[in-house]
Amino acid sequence: MDLTPHLPALQVIVPMLSAPLVLLLRPRGLAWAGAAAVAVLSFCIAASLAFAVARGEHFGYDMGGWRAPYGIELSVDAFSALMLLIVTGAGAVSLLAGRPSVDLQIEQERQPLFYAAFLLTLAGLVGITVSADAFNIFVFMEISSLASYVIIAGGPDRRALPAVFKYLIMGTIGATFYLIGVGLVYMMTGTLNLADLEARIGGVTDINPILMAAGFITVGLALKAAVFPLHVWLPNAYAHAPHMVTVFLAACATKVAIYVLIRFDFFVFQANLPGHQLQFSLFLLPLALMGILVASAVAMFEGHLKRLLAVSSVAQIGYIMLGASFVSQAGLVAAFAHMFNHALAKGGLFLAVACLACHYRDLRLDQLAGAARTMPLTAAAFVVCGFSLIGIPGTAGFISKWLLIGAALERDSSAFVLVAIILASSLMALVYIWRVVETLYFRPAVVEAEGPGEAPLQLLLVTWAVALANIGFGLFPRFPLALSSAAAELLLGHTR
Amino acid sequence: MNPDTAIPVAICLPLAVAVGIVLAGRISDNLREAVTLVGAAALAWVVWGMLPALFAGDRPAVELSQLMPGLSIGFRVEPLGMLFAALASGLWIINSVYSIGYMRGNREKNQTRFYTCFALALAATMGIAFAANLFTLFLFYEMLTLSTYPLVSHKGDAATVRSARVYLGVLLCTSIGLFLPAIIWTYHVTGTGDFTVGGILSGHIQGADVGLLLALFVFGVGKAAVMPVHRWLPAAMVAPTPVSALLHAVAVVKAGVFTITKIIVYVFGVDFLFSEPSSGWLVYAAAFTIIAASLVALRQQNLKRLLAYSTVAQLSYVVMAAAVLKPLAEVGAAIHMVAHAFGKITLFFAAGAIYTAAKKTELSQLRGIGRRMPWTMGAFTVGALSMIGVPPTGGFVSKWYILAGAFQADNLLAIFTIIASTALNAAYFLPIIYMAWFAREESGSGDHGEAPPLVVLALTATALLTLGFFFFNGPVIELETQLVREAMR
Amino acid sequence: MKLLELLGYFNYWVFAIVLSVGLYTVIAKVNLVKKLIGLSIFQSAVFLMYITMDKVEGGTAPIIQKGLENQVFSNPLPQVLILTAIVVGVSTLALGLAIVVRINECYGTIEEDEILDAD
Repeated sequence: MDLTPHLPALQVIVPMLSAPLVLLLRPRGLAWAGAAAVAVLSFCIAASLAFAVARGEHFGYDMGGWRAPYGIELSVDAFSALMLLIVTGAGAVSLLAGRPSVDLQIEQERQPLFYAAFLLTLAGLVGITVSADAFNIFVFMEISSLASYVIIAGGPDRRALPAVFKYLIMGTIGATFYLIGVGLVYMMTGTLNLADLEARIGGVTDINPILMAAGFITVGLALKAAVFPLHVWLPNAYAHAPHMVTVFLAACATKVAIYVLIRFDFFVFQANLPGHQLQFSLFLLPLALMGILVASAVAMFEGHLKRLLAVSSVAQIGYIMLGASFVSQAGLVAAFAHMFNHALAKGGLFLAVACLACHYRDLRLDQLAGAARTMPLTAAAFVVCGFSLIGIPGTAGFISKWLLIGAALERDSSAFVLVAIILASSLMALVYIWRVVETLYFRPAVVEAEGPGEAPLQLLLVTWAVALANIGFGLFPRFPLALSSAAAELLLGHTR
Repeated sequence: MNPDTAIPVAICLPLAVAVGIVLAGRISDNLREAVTLVGAAALAWVVWGMLPALFAGDRPAVELSQLMPGLSIGFRVEPLGMLFAALASGLWIINSVYSIGYMRGNREKNQTRFYTCFALALAATMGIAFAANLFTLFLFYEMLTLSTYPLVSHKGDAATVRSARVYLGVLLCTSIGLFLPAIIWTYHVTGTGDFTVGGILSGHIQGADVGLLLALFVFGVGKAAVMPVHRWLPAAMVAPTPVSALLHAVAVVKAGVFTITKIIVYVFGVDFLFSEPSSGWLVYAAAFTIIAASLVALRQQNLKRLLAYSTVAQLSYVVMAAAVLKPLAEVGAAIHMVAHAFGKITLFFAAGAIYTAAKKTELSQLRGIGRRMPWTMGAFTVGALSMIGVPPTGGFVSKWYILAGAFQADNLLAIFTIIASTALNAAYFLPIIYMAWFAREESGSGDHGEAPPLVVLALTATALLTLGFFFFNGPVIELETQLVREAMR
Repeated sequence: MKLLELLGYFNYWVFAIVLSVGLYTVIAKVNLVKKLIGLSIFQSAVFLMYITMDKVEGGTAPIIQKGLENQVFSNPLPQVLILTAIVVGVSTLALGLAIVVRINECYGTIEEDEILDAD
């Protein structure tokens, strides 16, 4: 039997249905093995979808055989394929590497529960990505959010609890805003299928509810995506989550929200609302720039390693939004390429942090002084991924910076200001990464490492694989760029 | 070896050597240093093997990867890059010999890391020399900065780390803040960054923009140390002396002036730049740097810092020569890279030898040291004379060509600067020589003899090269005349 | 006429007011349980909006019966949607309360300002 046409459905069903099964795997280590196997399988499905999409195929799937727009449609195009790669890749990497770190942070008997929630988060994020139905996206968004609250709060750090409470409140408000927007749109058109919405909104005579819907949806999703200044939930939630959860969520969670924001906007609103392109630009561009500058500046003075990296994520989200706000082929390619590259860089950095955390309980910078002497390989991986975050040529991060600057130069107005801001924030990234590097390498040790030698091999190997991927995709970026530009063309095909 | 395959080999070989050093370093120190020496010799053999093809007018090229349309990693050998690569790879052998003597003589720690980073730096240097476009050059330029950082911060104490931060900060900030925008600007207006004979910018940019872009390039390439972005070079002097010798007298700083020369010749195009008055400021900036750096050097009390400021001045000779935009001056720029390399590496070797034998670093401590270390100070004298430009040393040849080029252009400023700085060079080098040979040694300055034999061997070799370059410079001039003939039709 | 038009949107006015009350509570209250109550009120407003828009004038429950095929029905879809949303809301509330319980265990308080002081 040829499974290829069913891949979009399998992509969601596999992790979702395995989650309860993982619960049953009580014996030590089995739950991990099961979850990791499922995550790797998901990644393989995503990869085969991505290769097929790169060849020019498009996957549509009617759930239960009900035809769209009446049934619920799943669809995989270049944009969702890229996103699927990021999400499942982050899931597979964090689970493959994660066992030693999870063993340290979560009691044995709660691990099956943890892994089940982890898989549900993965299933939710994947579900958002493949859904072509506005309400279905909401349901998957809530599945992933609820499960991610659980895994963030699952660690030993009590500070995670208030952080996750804040995340829960703001995440729910964001999702509810989205729901209000969807309701308004449904009220005016009578459909929830994205493609059908695009076709029908043009016929709506009273445009005001649609405008209001655009506002609610944009703000709601911006909240979920931690776009500045709606990012306040993010730093603490990431900083105090279990390390493996941070790896996973930092690499993909906010990007999925950005994905929905961009997709909804380009598929539904751009084509039908006069002047919407400009509104979209004018709303996001200043926020993106502020986010880039303010978050980078804050990161320069942050004293806790995980918080520093989390705050830097807010700046990086700014880069993605900046590219998207150009509403041009070059800008969108830059945004999508940066989604991919930032996932690589930040995932690698948090993996290195997880390695460090095996021997250092306290992750404040001054406590980590001299760690490179006990853990040289970990520190080196941190440096490589840090270069990618800064955008040193030869690493993946450079590619997206290059594209972003190129896209900024295409704009007639304010091109030089934009370039100056991008470069300034790169220099700020240099400062905050270098602070860490100097601390790790040169400052005299304050606390003794708790264990001898390097982090566990499993963790270290995956960390280095990601670090090398940062270099590999810096030198041979053809595949992600092909997907990105196909995605950008697709989206721009929907604008007027 | 086929020149086309020789290019990737020349870049990958030092990388392989770096890996070999790491592995060998776990077994024994002798094996590690054998790997370094063999690797250096093999690299020189590969690079120098390309020379006949170059003389025959061949321009080997290879493309590694195309990142996106118009942006690729590729290599192409032309006379200027060939000269730079040959120089760096040849001197790596001598410097390795010297390193072994120096590092053992001073019982330095982390020697494996030292040799590994050195090999990485050489790989980056080869990449810069052979780069076929601006992007590739930038890639290896940053790699050179990053791979030399552990060398500069080698000692690891607080003062060293502070200096190393200045080093890295200045080089990375200028390259990301100025060089990268200049590159992007170039790609944006021309759609390409390939180094092309005659330049690529002509017709795409004009007026004041030319001067602005040139400024972004010149100050963005911080490694060329045109004032005010020279601060990193004195800061880098905290590194062990072999690093200062090969990297901060040859590879890194020459990478800077090489990049500027290459950009002037292959990106702007000499004729285009000559026709644009807004580019004229570069001669002034270089002249200012020469004079100012020489004046600062006069006031230095630390030998290595004095040499660093002398390097800042000498680098701007190359920049100024390239900026004069006349055939003889371009040849002079290329030759001066070689002549200064031989002379300055000798001087640094001598400084390191004095430190190894006597732990002396200040000028005031050098009274009468010539009698205790005759070989070292003899080589130092040769190097200093070459800096001043006294025959029969290599420095005379290059100054002659630059001066001739300046006369060709009727550039009075350049002529005056060269004469004035010659006087200044003499003013800070001659007292040292006098003091070392003729002053009476102060009592209680310690009893010591010559530096370790390997160190003496290395500095004698480079001193002989400095002298030899005065007599045998034909092939270099021939090679660079090819460049000028190509570039200025 | 104008007034009647405004009153005609009565349900939507209630929706807007309840939404604001909920949001205000979430933002203004320091007690975590009160915040969650606010969140629930906030979500209920949206349920009201969905239910309002599915009402068709003169429509009955959308159940097809023999002989009554030509009846006017209310739109069943928003009801189904909101059933899902209610489930989501309840789970969120449950999870939120669970977190509050854990916070109370760890910090001994559920007042936000005291928690901030504790760390």
